[in-house]
Amino acid sequence: MEWMMELLKSPPGLSNLSTFLILTLPVLSIVLGFVTYAILAERKVLGYMQLRYGPNRTGGRFGLLQTVADVLKLLIKEDTRPKEADRPLFILAPVIAFVPSFMVLAVIPYTESVMFANIGVGLLYFIAISGLTTVGMLTAGWASNNKYALMGGMRSAAQMISYEIPLLMALVGVVLFAGSLNLVEIVEQQQYIPYILLQPIGFIIFFIAATAELNRTPFDLPEAESELIAGYHVEYSGFRFAFFMLAEYVYLFAMSALITVLYLGGWNPIIGLGFIPDLVWFGIKFSILVFVFMWVRATLPRIRPDQLMEFGWKVLLPVAMLNIFLSAILKEIFF
Amino acid sequence: MIRTEEMLLNVGPQHPSTHGVFRLVVKVEGEIIREATPVIGYLHRGTEKLAEDLQYTQIIPYTDRMDYLSAMTNNYVICHAVETIVGLEVPERAEYLRVIAMELGRIASHLVWYGTYLLDLGATSPFLYAFREREAIINLLNELCGARLTFNYMRIGGVKWDAPEGWIDKVREFIPYMREQLDGYHGFISGNEIFLNRVKGIGQYTQEEAIQYSLSGANLRCTGVDYDIRKVEPYSIYDRFDFDVPVGETGDAWARYKCRMGEIEESLKILEQAVEQIPEEGKVLGKVPRIIKAPKGEVYVRIESPRGEIGCYIASDNKKSPYRLKFRRPSFYNLQILPKLLEGENMANLVTILGGVDIVLGEVDG
Repeated sequence: MEWMMELLKSPPGLSNLSTFLILTLPVLSIVLGFVTYAILAERKVLGYMQLRYGPNRTGGRFGLLQTVADVLKLLIKEDTRPKEADRPLFILAPVIAFVPSFMVLAVIPYTESVMFANIGVGLLYFIAISGLTTVGMLTAGWASNNKYALMGGMRSAAQMISYEIPLLMALVGVVLFAGSLNLVEIVEQQQYIPYILLQPIGFIIFFIAATAELNRTPFDLPEAESELIAGYHVEYSGFRFAFFMLAEYVYLFAMSALITVLYLGGWNPIIGLGFIPDLVWFGIKFSILVFVFMWVRATLPRIRPDQLMEFGWKVLLPVAMLNIFLSAILKEIFF
Repeated sequence: MIRTEEMLLNVGPQHPSTHGVFRLVVKVEGEIIREATPVIGYLHRGTEKLAEDLQYTQIIPYTDRMDYLSAMTNNYVICHAVETIVGLEVPERAEYLRVIAMELGRIASHLVWYGTYLLDLGATSPFLYAFREREAIINLLNELCGARLTFNYMRIGGVKWDAPEGWIDKVREFIPYMREQLDGYHGFISGNEIFLNRVKGIGQYTQEEAIQYSLSGANLRCTGVDYDIRKVEPYSIYDRFDFDVPVGETGDAWARYKCRMGEIEESLKILEQAVEQIPEEGKVLGKVPRIIKAPKGEVYVRIESPRGEIGCYIASDNKKSPYRLKFRRPSFYNLQILPKLLEGENMANLVTILGGVDIVLGEVDG
């Protein structure tokens, strides 16, 4: 870590710029690899749950190259832009939506040693940055000059406000127990008991709020296919659309990783199974979460916007408050 | 300064939830609909006018394309009308085959409704489950008449083909299978909290309103009116079967859902009795003159299609083709209440209400 600090303190120049660029390459390739295969996995899981096969032609019988082909197709598509669109904002929106999704990855600790930044307020950083994506969606909705897109953008803003607060409130319980906002410390605190056992209510709230945050079924209102067609990205095509898609799946990655870290004990093995490497443990817990997100998508209908807000403010928020109260008492008595 | 403005929004004609080429011009304030004007006619083919130049038998394939989700009932209504005005006898076995085909069609139609309705509400899986069962029915009907969607199976005075060997047994086997799957549907969706929240109390209307708007089918029965033409004016051989008519109470989307799901069960009951009662052998086409001429006069017959009362009016002046032919197409009548239901609802409820009415655009536009 020391060389990292030196690097950060060094005066800007070509050499340290290139170091930064090279350092980011592995994480980029891991994340892009994940996104590629998460999309494939989602299509496969949905397929098998819905009596279909999913992709099974491109790249062998498991469709291993399907996403690659899809992305290629998106990249070579014509870049269309509505005539009356707000041009600068239209171009900017996918970037605003997409950049924060990569920024949050910096603080996620995969194992004790594999991580990119170990900052003191990692948790706060994650939540703060991830909130920015909504701005991108709202911008996209506004700039497209499309009524459906505008509605989708507005919905995403309303949804964010209703869900960010219970999300944060659910986290307070974890922070109370861990006594830290640092993600590594939070994991280390869970060496024996993962917080899902100490914070079951908090976990459920966080999971629901995270689903809303990810805009996934049953909270996929901003892109509600049946009423708003595709919501905020209805006018986007080609690589701009790919950016939204990418952001969505990178968030799936980030959110699942965050839940793993906060509630499932990160890389900590189940007691007695310590011979399996940390990274594998992280991967197992993480994959289960990703699968659950996909499972939920195959099962549930979509909730209505007004019901969503009602649920967020009238159910999740009070329960989250109660959770803080209970956590404080628990902490005071037992720890 | 905050200024709000009404927004004019075109829903359709190309929109995933309009179930065809249907356009809805809505004035929205935010997400709240202030006014909705349906625009129809994108699929108008002038069936009724075309029929005036066709011989009676030639009209049958045109009816397949009206309510294309349950073509058998449409086949039946034109045949029934001509048989009534000419006074033809239909052989026993043919009537049973017609009833079996119609009830299978009714189940298939309700399955499509169930699947697409849930798809409108954002659940993707039920659609595929419903289509699996529909596929089984379509395969059965395919064996019967060689077509999967536009059957053109019935003829004036009977049906075109007798059932192939073993077909009745296949229908018999299908009944318990379908019951089992139906239980699965209820387990999967009918108790789902999100689903209940989305349909309960949505698109509600009273008995009086339903009657004033001349609604029929499940749209009428969901308000508590016990009116099923199979019971009220039994046509064909429906008086021989023992079945109930599912009736709702509340008149909302939830009641309509329950009515339609109940109808699938009742159709299965009818099928069960029909496959037991059907005579082993017999003619399937009665004595029909080579050229069918309807005597001068007029006739109106009505039957219960999956969507409601489908009627056929024929005015004849003793020629080979009708002087005037008119179909009472239930989807068209059921759609009339839509602007009233949509007022003050939000965009998400628009698809719930529109889907709940269960329209087929081929039928709306004729």
